[in-house]
Amino acid sequence: MPTTKMPCIFVDAMLLDFLLCKKSRSIGPDPRYSRAACRPAGISPIKKPKRGRGRGTAKKPGKKMAKKIRLIARLDVKDESLVKGIQFEGLRRLGKPGDFARDYYEAGIDELLYIDIVASLYGRNNLHDILRQTSEKLFIPVTAGGGLRSVEDVRAVLQMGADKVAINTAAIRRPELIREVAAAFGSQCMVLSVQAKQGRAGPGHWEAYYNNGREHSGLDVVEWAKRGEALGAGEILLTSVDCEGMQRGMDLALIEAVSRAVSVPVICGGGAGSAEDIAQAARAGADAVAAAALLHYKKTTAPALKAGLLAAGVEVRRCG
Amino acid sequence: MRVTVLDYGLSNLLSVRRAFEHLGAEVEVTGDAARIAGAAALVLPGVGAFGDGMRRLAGLGLAAPLLAAAAADVPLLGICLGMQMLFEESDEFGRHTGLGLIPGRVERLPSLDTAGQPQRVPHIGWAPLLPPAGRAGFDGALARCLPGQECYFVHSYEAKPARDASRLADTRYGGRAVCAAAGRGRVLGCQFHPEKSGPVGLGILEGFLRLAGG
Repeated sequence: MPTTKMPCIFVDAMLLDFLLCKKSRSIGPDPRYSRAACRPAGISPIKKPKRGRGRGTAKKPGKKMAKKIRLIARLDVKDESLVKGIQFEGLRRLGKPGDFARDYYEAGIDELLYIDIVASLYGRNNLHDILRQTSEKLFIPVTAGGGLRSVEDVRAVLQMGADKVAINTAAIRRPELIREVAAAFGSQCMVLSVQAKQGRAGPGHWEAYYNNGREHSGLDVVEWAKRGEALGAGEILLTSVDCEGMQRGMDLALIEAVSRAVSVPVICGGGAGSAEDIAQAARAGADAVAAAALLHYKKTTAPALKAGLLAAGVEVRRCG
Repeated sequence: MRVTVLDYGLSNLLSVRRAFEHLGAEVEVTGDAARIAGAAALVLPGVGAFGDGMRRLAGLGLAAPLLAAAAADVPLLGICLGMQMLFEESDEFGRHTGLGLIPGRVERLPSLDTAGQPQRVPHIGWAPLLPPAGRAGFDGALARCLPGQECYFVHSYEAKPARDASRLADTRYGGRAVCAAAGRGRVLGCQFHPEKSGPVGLGILEGFLRLAGG
């Protein structure tokens, strides 16, 4: 293709991306459309300009330090089963979360993230047994989330062995909870979970969702993340609802926008399908990446991902 | 081996307890000053703010028996905030006096790395243990660690030992050497969380038990 047309193609790509994403989910996600929509790379002719310049993420960092990221296994739990869906829909039961967690620990994963994905709906968190078992045998950081609505809820999961909590719904309903949890247990314990979906305002704008991407809050994701930090969140868990479960690449523009806006670490999730996807997220500003589908479906392993990241120039914890 | 873990209301004690139990130790978690006096080995965990931590220790009457135990050469392990409180003073939200068991102070991590780029504070993540300048390896509880092995850190402040001899291990963050472990006599402080640092961290806790037992 003629290079002179590159800028135009780039704009078209953004537009196409946006239109496909938007069209597909005016109410709920529709995997038929969004499979292609989320991953710019799926549209092969426009892949390169977008990666190289479009989102400003692949620029040579100049004097910047080598980026080091954490690789986190995200385990969504429903009724004591590990589940995985696409854009939080169509959940499949995959097995016992504890078995997966142990395998990931032994393979050198850096952290574990358990989310009780039906807790917000039912108003209670069912992770206690899983957390207790985890804390007996697995000696890495553990974050727990799902349905935590008060300082007392948080205390309960911390006493079961979680080191941090991820809170979304309850923080949207009552942002002061962020401050209360940070004051009671320290900011390092308070992870603000943000489910981001490309919003009606167009590309470069995301709206915060809750109840697993089902309900929208009207909050702008970047503004919400900044507010969360100001209220005392020690980390942001940023999940792209559009890309979640697709394994077709992460929303780099989203990652870049949020990680630039806050100074606390940003854990990015949604769409990781390969080491290259994760490397791109790291270059876009992610401090940690939460991987789920690609690990759960045994598409790859933590050591293989880490080797791929090191080869791509992204530092990771080296095991052994 | 019996390990006494101090509960002053500021940390996830379960992880520390589980890690020591995994290593075969008997663990007592207590906030009772009287239990400290007879302890064979003490662990001071902690997350949160320095001033708050010291106030709680003092409020529960734990500071004086801790100092007495350290003076009597009882092995003492401070973790994260517990490590920082071993030092003389901290700048966290005002100036606060620490336990003063290791000479030095605690300061906020710089917001810029050595290349002048903004760096994340808190520093959260895995970072390597490195022998301090002029040394080839580690000793004491860290004797079995290999340079470059990584541990899990969560901190916004860093300890700056006044004497090089107190520096047991460094890590690097933003291009700078940051104190990862410090000690004096049988007092050991780890900025990282050994109970959350996988097999490497368990090895360090085992090293502490070894020192305490021997």
